[in-house]
Amino acid sequence: MDIKREDIIHLAELSNFSLPEKEIKSLQTDLQGIIRYISQLDELKVDDVEPTYQVFEMENVWREDEILPQEADREALLALTKEEKDNQIKVPKVL
Amino acid sequence: MKVANKKVTAERLVRDALEKAKHFEDYHIFTFINEEGALKKAREIDQKIARGEKVGRLAGVPYALKDNFLSTEGETTASAHILQGFNSPVTATSVAKLEAEGAIMIGRTNLDAFAHGSSTENSYFGPTLNSHDKQRVAGGSSGGSAVAVALDIVEFATGTDTGGSVRQPASFNGIYGLKPTYGTISRYGVVAMASSTDCIGFFTKTPEDMDLLMSVASGQDSKDMTTLPDYYNDSVYKKGPAKVGIIKDFDNDSVHPEIRKALKNKVELLKSKGHEIIELEMPALKYGLAAYYILVPAELCSNLSRHDGIRYGFRSEKSKDLDALYENTRNEGFMPENKRRIMIGNFVLSSGFYDAYFLKAAKARTLIVQEYARAFSKVDYILTPVSPNPAFKLGEKVDDPVAMYLEDVMSVSLNLAGVPGLAIPAGETKEGLSLGLQLVGPRRSDKALIEFSKELI
Repeated sequence: MDIKREDIIHLAELSNFSLPEKEIKSLQTDLQGIIRYISQLDELKVDDVEPTYQVFEMENVWREDEILPQEADREALLALTKEEKDNQIKVPKVL
Repeated sequence: MKVANKKVTAERLVRDALEKAKHFEDYHIFTFINEEGALKKAREIDQKIARGEKVGRLAGVPYALKDNFLSTEGETTASAHILQGFNSPVTATSVAKLEAEGAIMIGRTNLDAFAHGSSTENSYFGPTLNSHDKQRVAGGSSGGSAVAVALDIVEFATGTDTGGSVRQPASFNGIYGLKPTYGTISRYGVVAMASSTDCIGFFTKTPEDMDLLMSVASGQDSKDMTTLPDYYNDSVYKKGPAKVGIIKDFDNDSVHPEIRKALKNKVELLKSKGHEIIELEMPALKYGLAAYYILVPAELCSNLSRHDGIRYGFRSEKSKDLDALYENTRNEGFMPENKRRIMIGNFVLSSGFYDAYFLKAAKARTLIVQEYARAFSKVDYILTPVSPNPAFKLGEKVDDPVAMYLEDVMSVSLNLAGVPGLAIPAGETKEGLSLGLQLVGPRRSDKALIEFSKELI
């Protein structure tokens, strides 16, 4: 399939990127090449094949629902942010 | 590996490693040097030894940590701008296990940002140079770790392997690199790429060192629900004649002639030692790369959605509102290759394309799993190249994503199937570039791979 300029803009929106014009152009070329390559799976007949999403051989690993001591407390986590106020993370206006 | 004792102090071992790191500065291996922290730990170990107290199996052994492992020593950046300034309050389980045995981290190593790449050129900090030829790439994504071991700066280094990121740089630098069975070593505290294929692995100079590290790091972790109960330390290796498969589909003109020759030489060596060589046909493997570059971007675009500039790392300051903050931070913080992969991930998961790409790739993955199972009903091990070419020139492929992806064509299928692979040194080209092969086994055969690799020396 052909990747159009609008497709790149849509994918950038889904990915939360604000792309400058020259990046849109180069991504259009790059993504077109990648999608052409991965489209070779079209050759495969896999209608009757079950999909595999993971290769871990155990299922339903349960644990007790209990509060355990953690390495990082609230203070340590808040210290990682750019700005905090009253034990909360400060961000620019939302609306 | 050299472990500290009464005669050789940990401080001496650490000082030597720090000096060598400085000497090889121009290779651009490290993103952080842990001089103060490492020397402090070394002195503590030396005091223990002087007092006659018990020390760990890795006492005073200097090592290098790929910069996508979280620890409280140095910023964890994954060589990405968006994580700059991130001082982790938590430590990866694998790091904690190594350090509990006395290993000392002397530096964090360079990688392709978020481990996206096969050359370490996608690092925000610039590329690491190959240990055998400074005009060439180190391989990737764990390029810094591989070169740190190859130049003998440290005894071992950690890596992550999602599609070849340990094995390929190991083979580009002439050392051992193991991608264990999926779930063998805890992924807790390691920056996630693709959760269903990510594996923690190591770089070493000998199989014996690899065995020791696996023995330390393997085992179940309550913080990673996809860890297997420790099977490694219970594994029993039976010495004796083995059946070794070679893959016909990988022996053609697309593979560099000197790599084909290296494989042939090792096959002859195995025959001379009484092992049986069996030719395998594994036609599904050729779809591995396409399936990989659908499934892995799908998983990583989800894993990387957490990087929003709010809670840690870099935040773009020029944003008026919250949406702009997300977009500017991500646009400025990710490298071009990160953006390609995130967007491909969102493409293959989009409604309308999900069935044609993601679902089809997940079905192709089933064929690959089955193909390996069939192969291992006939042979004990498979011996293949790690990559089609030895280390390529810096800048040669970095602007051509598909050409770069094709370097992974022989390594990714192991990750899709969850089986282990050990990269082993296999000589050098006429120009002096290192050559590597990989020994592949069924799930949980990690110990046997390491032991059997001694037959290939």
